[in-house]
Amino acid sequence: MLTLSWALPLAGALLLLLIGNADGRRDGLVRWLALAVSLVSFGVTLALWAGFNPATADFQFVERVAWIPAFGIDYYLGIDGISLLLVVLTGFLTPIALLSSWESVDKKVKEFSIFVLALEAAMIGVFVSLDLFLFYVFWDAMLIPMYFLIGIWGYDQRIYAAIKFMLYTMAGSVLMLVAILGLAYLHSEATGSYSFDLLKLYTLDIAPNTQRWFFLAFAVAFAIKVPLFPFHTWLPDAHVQAPTAGSIILAGVLLKMGTYGLVRFAFPLFPMAAAEFAPWIALLAVIGIIYGALVAMVQPDMKKLVAYSSVSHLGFVVLGICAMNVQGVQGAVYQMLAHGISTGGLFLMVGMLSDRRHTRLISEFGGLKNVMPRLTAAFLIITLASIGMPALNGFIGEFLTMLGAFLWDPRYVVAAGLGVILSAVYMLWMFQRVYLGSVTHEENETLQDLQPREWASVVPLCAVAIVMGVFPTIFLKPMEPAVQRLVAQVQSVQPLRVRNDTPNAAIKVQTVVDSSQQRRQIEP
Amino acid sequence: MFNTQLDAIVPMLCVTLAALASMGAEALRRPGERTPIGALGLIGLIFGGAAAVLLWDRNAEGFGVIAADNFGLFVTITLAIIGVLTIMFSSQVLERDGLPAGEYYALLLFSIVGMIMMATATDLLVIFIALEILSLAVYVLTAIRRDNVAGTEAAFKYFLLGAFSSAFFLYGIAFTYGVTGSTRLAAVGSFLSAQSMSNNPMILLALGLLLVGFAFKISAVPFHMWTPDAYEGAPAIVTGFMSTGVKAAAFAAFVRVFLSAFEPFKDEWAPVVALIAILTMVLGTVVGVAQSNLKRMLAYSSIAHGGYLLVGLVAANQVGKAAILFYLLAYSVTNLAAFGVIALVGTRDKANDSLRDYAGLWHRRPALAALMTVCLLSLGGLPPTAGFIGKWYIFSAAVSAGYYSLAVIGMLTSVISVFFYLRVVVMMYMADGEGEAVQVRVTGIGMAALAVSIAAIFYLGVLPTKVLDLAASSISTIF
Repeated sequence: MLTLSWALPLAGALLLLLIGNADGRRDGLVRWLALAVSLVSFGVTLALWAGFNPATADFQFVERVAWIPAFGIDYYLGIDGISLLLVVLTGFLTPIALLSSWESVDKKVKEFSIFVLALEAAMIGVFVSLDLFLFYVFWDAMLIPMYFLIGIWGYDQRIYAAIKFMLYTMAGSVLMLVAILGLAYLHSEATGSYSFDLLKLYTLDIAPNTQRWFFLAFAVAFAIKVPLFPFHTWLPDAHVQAPTAGSIILAGVLLKMGTYGLVRFAFPLFPMAAAEFAPWIALLAVIGIIYGALVAMVQPDMKKLVAYSSVSHLGFVVLGICAMNVQGVQGAVYQMLAHGISTGGLFLMVGMLSDRRHTRLISEFGGLKNVMPRLTAAFLIITLASIGMPALNGFIGEFLTMLGAFLWDPRYVVAAGLGVILSAVYMLWMFQRVYLGSVTHEENETLQDLQPREWASVVPLCAVAIVMGVFPTIFLKPMEPAVQRLVAQVQSVQPLRVRNDTPNAAIKVQTVVDSSQQRRQIEP
Repeated sequence: MFNTQLDAIVPMLCVTLAALASMGAEALRRPGERTPIGALGLIGLIFGGAAAVLLWDRNAEGFGVIAADNFGLFVTITLAIIGVLTIMFSSQVLERDGLPAGEYYALLLFSIVGMIMMATATDLLVIFIALEILSLAVYVLTAIRRDNVAGTEAAFKYFLLGAFSSAFFLYGIAFTYGVTGSTRLAAVGSFLSAQSMSNNPMILLALGLLLVGFAFKISAVPFHMWTPDAYEGAPAIVTGFMSTGVKAAAFAAFVRVFLSAFEPFKDEWAPVVALIAILTMVLGTVVGVAQSNLKRMLAYSSIAHGGYLLVGLVAANQVGKAAILFYLLAYSVTNLAAFGVIALVGTRDKANDSLRDYAGLWHRRPALAALMTVCLLSLGGLPPTAGFIGKWYIFSAAVSAGYYSLAVIGMLTSVISVFFYLRVVVMMYMADGEGEAVQVRVTGIGMAALAVSIAAIFYLGVLPTKVLDLAASSISTIF
């Protein structure tokens, strides 16, 4: 089943490869086929969710086949609640990304679709791998399609952005590879055989100093991906230059791989080092929250604004992870999903404006609500979701991460709270300048409102944003056992991390969140 | 066989016969007639490779100086693959450039004989003879286009410096003989491990001279000066052959000499080789970034790859030795395919080997551009390609031997190298070059060679288990 989830998009990509489309005559067929494949893949990820048992923290749908036995490398897949939701998110955003490029990508449509599907395959592969070697293969393989997506279908500075993206990410990840090799070697020293099995490596007893180095290697790789201040400089370039589909996937899923990596690998593998470094990483995260917000505020380019807002929002995720209590981590995972939806949506709609006007400058727009009321409504919903308005998805995640951080060290929350306010400032200010008032540019008076195809991509995003805000338990429940296991695992090694946190608090918090919308959820 | 002594040299004999046959065929050819001489070479190489497969696990010894152990046979098979691919790529190039087919194939095959001999020899003098056989043939191949000034210059440089390094090597052999009284590797090894000689200046001098000799052949820094010029001047396909075959053979001998005969002196040479490895990786990649000629760029890249291989030698454990074998195979297939593309893109009058010439190749020859991209990604060590598994294997050897710093430097330089490999990809895919379109014509056999190489790159990258096990078992039989 998990094999199917990543192999299906890849098979679709290979199928597209066989279609002869040199002159672009079969573009339509290629588009529909790619969309169909991505929708079926989404169906597969939903089927995973349907078959998922939310009561257990164990990895489910496990598949295991020996791959390179001499080194203990297995083709080893499995998901828990955390990865399940990210897989579903990937499945959800890929068709939207394809829809977003229906008209704007008009050259080399076949190759474009192939790269998007290959990217989806690699991304799902990253989330479902439980073997570190396999994980690394997917992790690095993912760079290739993304590189081409930015480099071929991007905007003016695309080549610079594509190479910068590739080199930054690779520089971090090769250090991680050395640490992975080191882990496998430590395993062979301890037990006599190499292993890249994550669950076995979890139990490895690693000397504190080695932990520090290995943790740093992993953390830097993931921090670049997140991106954590000061490793974020590739992100504005990549985002701004990428085509809309690339931005949606980049913001929606790729950035989550960094935070997912922290949750899945860096923290639980090296709990002692993690405890040592967590305050510093949290400090960087808080700097990122405020810095990202301040820089976003002064951007004249909408895409760049949204890109910097990602730096700010991902800071919350990292802060929640650093707190390493149930609320913090749950909030972090929730915020990953919420950010995927809302930022994906923002890029989608900025892309629509950019397709119509071939500019993304805020100053070129104004008063759009008079000509495009439907897009304005959708944009408003996603904007409010992004700034953490209650009853929308962003609120739950931010609230939980800040609560988790508060239980750990309230000082961070003070600074992070400032970021929340700033995010309202820059997002609403942009909304105001672009949509409100009267039409300031003549060209904008004839802009078309949402087309049926665009409806198909905007409505699901808005719907999910609302569902996630109103019924958070749907998403919190499957991940809860996994988060509890993770927190217990990290804390059992380094109990100093716990301030005044008990498992009961988690339930309490959840009921607080729920009670505002869902009275019937309150249970003893 | 009638004489078991001959078993070990059957692979060499097959290739030698093919070489002689090509010379004969050329001599009997009527002027203007075209004979399929390349096919003779293919037959010889396939028989040679098959003989190596049959000799597997037999540990045949020949005359006390040739050992067809699994290590040597693995390299022999690699060399046969290199030879087959080179001939497949060459057929179109020879015809296009009007090169003398008989001489070309004969020289190619003779140099492969020298390479196989070098990989299986267990006597320093025989290694030297093998080195000369392969070098002389390759010098001539470099200048096979007589009317090409760059090629002639390249061959001359290569010859002068090569001769120089041979002298170093021979001098090293002489000192070794002077101290130990033998040139047989086994005898030298047992002599050196029996006596405590770590302060003997003579043997250290011998060690240093042999190291210099090998470093020249594998173009390790600071003995790499000839490489960029020779690689740029030679015809692309010859460069591909040089950068893979010569390197594979020289590395096989290097590993055999330093990890059997001079194993007792590991503490003395390992730091030096580690330093050379670091310099080679760093210089190869950093200077590679600045190149605008594709052949020259790949020359520096192949220098860097030599550095990665040296890391495996420094690690010197079982994983390291097997990693060298695997890496040689992965690198050879990949690099040869990349040079194959360069050769196919060239024309008789113009080599088309500057980066600019690749602008927009994707629009004209999408398949060729895609195949080149796979080669470059494999050279850069990205999954799921052979190059990734090779790098992973090499660096896991370094890590398990405790050389974390070498692994980190190697990894970081490989990121830098990705930068210049990507420059080519950028040119092919993202630059518009349709104005100065280079018309590329590729024959079926060239495309077949590319397809085989790409299949091998993905096979080694996705399902490497079988070859990894073979490489590992090649090691366990000897040192």
